[in-house]
Amino acid sequence: MAGRSDEQMTGAEIILKALADQGVEHIFGYPGGAVLPIYDEIFQQDKVKHILVRHEQGATHAAEGYARSTGKPGVVLVTSGPGATNAVTGLTDALMDSIPLVCITGQVPTHLIGNDAFQECDTVGITRPCTKHNYLVKNVNDLARILHEAFYVATNGRPGPVVVDVPKDVQFAKGTYVGPSNIQHKTYRPKVKPDQNAVRAAIDMIAGAKRPIFYTGGGVINSGPAASKLLREFVKLTGFPVTSTLMGLGAFPASDKRWVGMLGMHGTYEANMAMHGCDVMINIGARFDDRITGRVDAFSPHSRKIHVDIDPSSVNKNVRVDLPVIGDCAHVLEDFIRVWKAKQNQVDKAALAQWWKQIDQWRAKDSLKYKPRKEVIMPQYAIERLYALTRGKDVYITTEVGQHQMWAAQFFKFEEPNRWMTSGGLGTMGYGLPATIGVQMAHPKSLVIDIAGDASVLMTMQEISTAVQYRLPVKIFILNNQYMGMVRQWQQLLHGNRLSESYSEALPDFVKLAEAYGAVGMRAEKPAELDGAIKAMIEVNWPVIFDCRVASLANCFPMIPSGKAHNEMLLGEDVPDEEIEKAIGAEGKVLV
Amino acid sequence: MNMQAQPASAYFLDDRKQAIETHTLCIVVDNEPGVLARVIGLFSGRGYNIDSLTVSETEHEAHVSRITIVTSGTRNVIEQIRTQLDRMVPVHSVADLTVQGNAIERELALIKVAGKGEKRMEALRLADAFRARVIDATTESFVFELTGKTSKVDQFISLMQPLGLVEVSRTGIAAISRGPEGMKI
Ligand SMILES: Cc1ncc(C[n+]2csc(CCOP(=O)(O)OP(=O)(O)O)c2C)c(N)n1
Repeated sequence: MAGRSDEQMTGAEIILKALADQGVEHIFGYPGGAVLPIYDEIFQQDKVKHILVRHEQGATHAAEGYARSTGKPGVVLVTSGPGATNAVTGLTDALMDSIPLVCITGQVPTHLIGNDAFQECDTVGITRPCTKHNYLVKNVNDLARILHEAFYVATNGRPGPVVVDVPKDVQFAKGTYVGPSNIQHKTYRPKVKPDQNAVRAAIDMIAGAKRPIFYTGGGVINSGPAASKLLREFVKLTGFPVTSTLMGLGAFPASDKRWVGMLGMHGTYEANMAMHGCDVMINIGARFDDRITGRVDAFSPHSRKIHVDIDPSSVNKNVRVDLPVIGDCAHVLEDFIRVWKAKQNQVDKAALAQWWKQIDQWRAKDSLKYKPRKEVIMPQYAIERLYALTRGKDVYITTEVGQHQMWAAQFFKFEEPNRWMTSGGLGTMGYGLPATIGVQMAHPKSLVIDIAGDASVLMTMQEISTAVQYRLPVKIFILNNQYMGMVRQWQQLLHGNRLSESYSEALPDFVKLAEAYGAVGMRAEKPAELDGAIKAMIEVNWPVIFDCRVASLANCFPMIPSGKAHNEMLLGEDVPDEEIEKAIGAEGKVLV
Repeated sequence: MNMQAQPASAYFLDDRKQAIETHTLCIVVDNEPGVLARVIGLFSGRGYNIDSLTVSETEHEAHVSRITIVTSGTRNVIEQIRTQLDRMVPVHSVADLTVQGNAIERELALIKVAGKGEKRMEALRLADAFRARVIDATTESFVFELTGKTSKVDQFISLMQPLGLVEVSRTGIAAISRGPEGMKI
């Protein structure tokens, strides 16, 4: 597959050859002095297409969107110093959400390293804590091996970002190329196949369950489409209810009757109550994040917990579990199904029926309900309409961070994995717009929509220029409430409604802004005009910024207040403000 | 180093009620640039303690180094540290010698003591009792070399305190399990 092993080429040539041999088709980047030799190579080949972003953070998020929507690693190329530091947010984002990225950074020539040279920064030092691994390549003869290793490390085990820092003299120097096939990593060999005793113990626990729940996460998506298929099959075999984290949406179809909605801080009542009341919890590829658990010492107090994870350090980190199963989700689910069938297990039908009855009672609370208004577009309504009008289309959704993100998670229904791209772990405002660029690059014919907030979208707005340059018809659907809504909501709940610096003063005219960039601007202000405007947006085969004016003071419910347990959720808009204030105790106020 | 062992989450982990234990971890790593910074960064970044740290390349041909860290924390935190170390890319293997039990732990100290007359004689007598070797001497000073368990070294140093202790240099702990088996790489 690779070239002859004794081939001599420059470092820059090696980089392009390694990328091509790794099957890389797109790379997101921004040039500068320390990567000029690589850009010169890019110019002289056509296997790898370079997408020029407007800010290096945009390159990282675009690569994340690309990776998340394809299952392939995203590739980034940036220059030394400010290029590398600008990439740090996206690298951290990818680390938190386990997204495979390979980021090549230029570095000043080897002999200048440590001299405070122009545009020098300690890239490996700065990115050490925000990457899964990183390398400084000092010898051109190590370059090919390191690049192949970087792809291996980024994509195997729990995926994550890898930085390869390449000094400029190494890009010029001639060295030997080696292909990807003869690389075996010396130390990193994550375990993907589970221990069979653990599998059997898990199946016994599952078979004995009376009030079970599947709690699934981003790991199912990372594991690949097979994992989602197997999850569906196993759920069908057992008939258990399924909930998922923000990162796991789409692994299980939202239209299925066993789906109880997302769990966690803004999850549904039924999902959180079921988590609280279950007797066997089957965590598949989720990590008991604090947004999920709420108050840990009151988290699902009566359950025995099974935790399937590829990363042993996730086990017992936040929540003690009874049975860890270390391995890749798809492999584990395959074994679960095989052992389940072999044992001819039957679920406790009577108990399960009782449990479903209970869940249906919780469901009947209709925890996502909101009061529609005639004159004003409610943000929830906007997403409901967006969902309804794009149903059946080949849709990918990204988001920014804030209320709109939570409403998108609650009201947009996902049937397939890899369709939902959001910044979960780091919560990076400015993620969604550049992410659409990566997604649309990978899926040119699909409908790619960023459900955005007015504040977030301004953080990486310049990437709309990238979309225009590459004719990527992405749709930036802004739920414009003129506030940093999520901040405002917390200020209302925790800080006596003193709205300190959370009003988006001097917002741009988004329609004119779109036009200035050469994109299409649209606006909807009244519920009556929303459908027509959304349909028009879908019709346009060009980047669109859609300014959807929504109610400015709507709150996102349900909500587990900080420091509270799952069964202490706040429901619906009809909660009076005083009650909301009281809901968060003094202890809770210090939490994030 | 005095970093507080706090769990990474802001929420109320019941870990804190558990007793603090001290464990010795052996970490076999690929001796690539930055690997020590990576290991130390994990400890500072996640708020773990380092009580003692020893590093050296142990197999020059294979570029393999061994890092010995003495750390303290609750059972859960120490298990976290072990798994966090184990998933690092250049780490070959991690062993918790305290859990395996009965490991041998030694450290070496160089101790400079200055004084004359009776104090000088007393320092020499004590050094003899502790099997510390004199590796440098002037008419008014000694440098002793002492190997042993940390407690023994501590004790010797405190005995030297009133006798003119000037300076101490310690290696930190080197540790190995008993019996025929080696650590897997
Ligand atoms: C880069 C970054 N800075 C600050 C925050 C804190 N933060 C979280 S949500 C939010 C407000 C988001 O406002 P907007 O994008 O308008 O969305 P809304 O909540 O109104 O839907 C802020 C400031 C963040 N998540 N990311």
